[in-house]
Amino acid sequence: MPLLEINSLTVDYRTSRGAIRAVENVSFALKKGETLGLVGESGSGKSTLGLSIIRLVSYPGVIVKGHVKIDGKDIVRLPEHELRSVRGGKVAYIFQDPMTSLNPVKKISAHFVELIRTHEPNVNREEALERAKTVLKDLGIRPERINDYPHQFSGGMRQRIMIGLAIALNPGVVIADEPTTALDVIVQEKILDLLESLRNAYGMALILISHDLSIILERCDRVIVMYAGHMLEHASSTELHKNPMHPYTQGLLQSIPNVELADQKLAAIPGSPPNMLNPPRGCRFWPRCSYAKKICRTKEPPLIDIGHNHLVRCFKYHKSWSKVE
Amino acid sequence: MSDASNTTKAGQKLSETVKVEHLKKYFPVQKSFLEQLFGRKMSYVKAVDDITFSVKRGEIFTLAGESGCGKTTTGRLIIRLLEPTAGAIYFNGVDTTKLKGEKLRLLRRKMQIIFQDPYASLSPRMKIVDAVGHPLEIHGLTTGKEKKKMVSEVLNKVGLTPPEQFINLYPHQLSGGQRQRVALARSIILNPEFIVADEPVSMIDVSLRATLIDLMLNLRKDLGLTYLFITHDLAVAKYISDRIAIMYLGKIVEMSSKESIFLNPMHPYTQALLSAIPIPNPERKRKRIELIGEVPSAINIPTGCRFHPRCPYKKDECSRKAPPITEVEKEHFVACHLIKS
Repeated sequence: MPLLEINSLTVDYRTSRGAIRAVENVSFALKKGETLGLVGESGSGKSTLGLSIIRLVSYPGVIVKGHVKIDGKDIVRLPEHELRSVRGGKVAYIFQDPMTSLNPVKKISAHFVELIRTHEPNVNREEALERAKTVLKDLGIRPERINDYPHQFSGGMRQRIMIGLAIALNPGVVIADEPTTALDVIVQEKILDLLESLRNAYGMALILISHDLSIILERCDRVIVMYAGHMLEHASSTELHKNPMHPYTQGLLQSIPNVELADQKLAAIPGSPPNMLNPPRGCRFWPRCSYAKKICRTKEPPLIDIGHNHLVRCFKYHKSWSKVE
Repeated sequence: MSDASNTTKAGQKLSETVKVEHLKKYFPVQKSFLEQLFGRKMSYVKAVDDITFSVKRGEIFTLAGESGCGKTTTGRLIIRLLEPTAGAIYFNGVDTTKLKGEKLRLLRRKMQIIFQDPYASLSPRMKIVDAVGHPLEIHGLTTGKEKKKMVSEVLNKVGLTPPEQFINLYPHQLSGGQRQRVALARSIILNPEFIVADEPVSMIDVSLRATLIDLMLNLRKDLGLTYLFITHDLAVAKYISDRIAIMYLGKIVEMSSKESIFLNPMHPYTQALLSAIPIPNPERKRKRIELIGEVPSAINIPTGCRFHPRCPYKKDECSRKAPPITEVEKEHFVACHLIKS
């Protein structure tokens, strides 16, 4: 049984100007010890998807359809008080901005003690502190710094502490939402290395959310490409790199500079991401797609498997493509 | 190109648009009341600490480094948004740090800046025609119909076509990429020679970055611009630059053509920085250079070489003496005791 199973998850934001479908019919499963990457531009729904997994999308965001099963239990239908043991305990979330995610008037120790004792009331303060110190050691932070306040740490160190808080209860799944976007490259590399080694040491599954396809391809086993709330492609990272199928994925790969290539010519994707209040009919990507035919503008393409567990949402790979106008 | 006869009175080569000599910017740190009472010595953030470089006419010169290295401060000093603590900045042979009043105002037409955040750099209450045309009014060049015509022309140049569709919009009606084009249009409307582009693409969606970069490259060709490009993203730097200077804690540690920086990085910091760039290829395993710790605070700068506490190759000498920046190979400058020409 997979650790996490998501089935046709659909999330709306009910705004005064109409409902915005931020995530539509997303399904995937996650195994123990696996790293899954969610990649997309702003507004693609990747963060909403991440937050819905622990039902943290706040109003006007509403999960309108689908299931999120963790250890076989459906989170979408769980009463609020039972959710508390899932959040942090079974699935932990690391937010983008380490500067605002910690309480500035509380010591690091207080953050850990509160977290551990909320979930495990039988643990006393001393035991909680001991456990917190062990975690800090794993993060490469001197345990005596547990008595410092957040402002005494640099951005990279704060993100380490956020990661420490996420793994302190040994959750099965950790969701890291742009964990290194606010950090410099050298620190970014260290944080991603740390996540990878913790994943191996603690045997958890990791969902990495990023707009940076380079990071995703480098660090993840499998990748989901999101665009305007839709899953456009889903494949192993090696397969996606060698054999990108969706015109959007192909465009993304051509639009990012790769320092390893000499004389690279970047090619941008024409147009810009759609306004989600009024998304295009049919395939969400057709207005920017150079292959688009009439069918793409009227019908929504289904997600099909083209072999090797490579899923793609594009009519181009349907048998009838050469025949349609 | 570099014969001595082609120099100005100030010793700047004619082939150089901007030349910076021993530039320094120290920001005083606010002291608390008690500290003032006990007369504690003023401390400073040494944001830029004695850097020298020049930007050749028509080239794209990049300042790259991590946050806090002083790259943005340098850009702002050059276009005189900040007063330098010491040093000289030559623009076409004139030391701009000595200019005041009308002369400084005229100079500002020749150099412009594009900021990182297109959501903050455009006034939400100004229509595009007014925002882009504002420099024309400030410099008393033109208003009204003539202004509108000129705005339409530059909007065409930055690819916001047809201009009539954009001219009466407000910034909130545009996407991030379009706003950055507006900022670019505003920067070129006075026909400048030199543009400081401070992280112009880091807040733009990935799929649109390439168009903006290519637009900047085309404008350089069409309008004969010279750019100082400021970025933390070395992959972008490699794509756009002619020459690159790597900064660390207010100093330039290495400076050369883009090719030799990437093929033959010499400073241990440059090597570490390059080895940390993610590569969009799951099968490629990079050779890592691990650094110790993090960038120290710019208030308490380490003695000797500023990089020595984190350097994997440090020697005794490194903590005592600051290495001067020297030309190790032709046009390749490095500040490191380990590297001798």
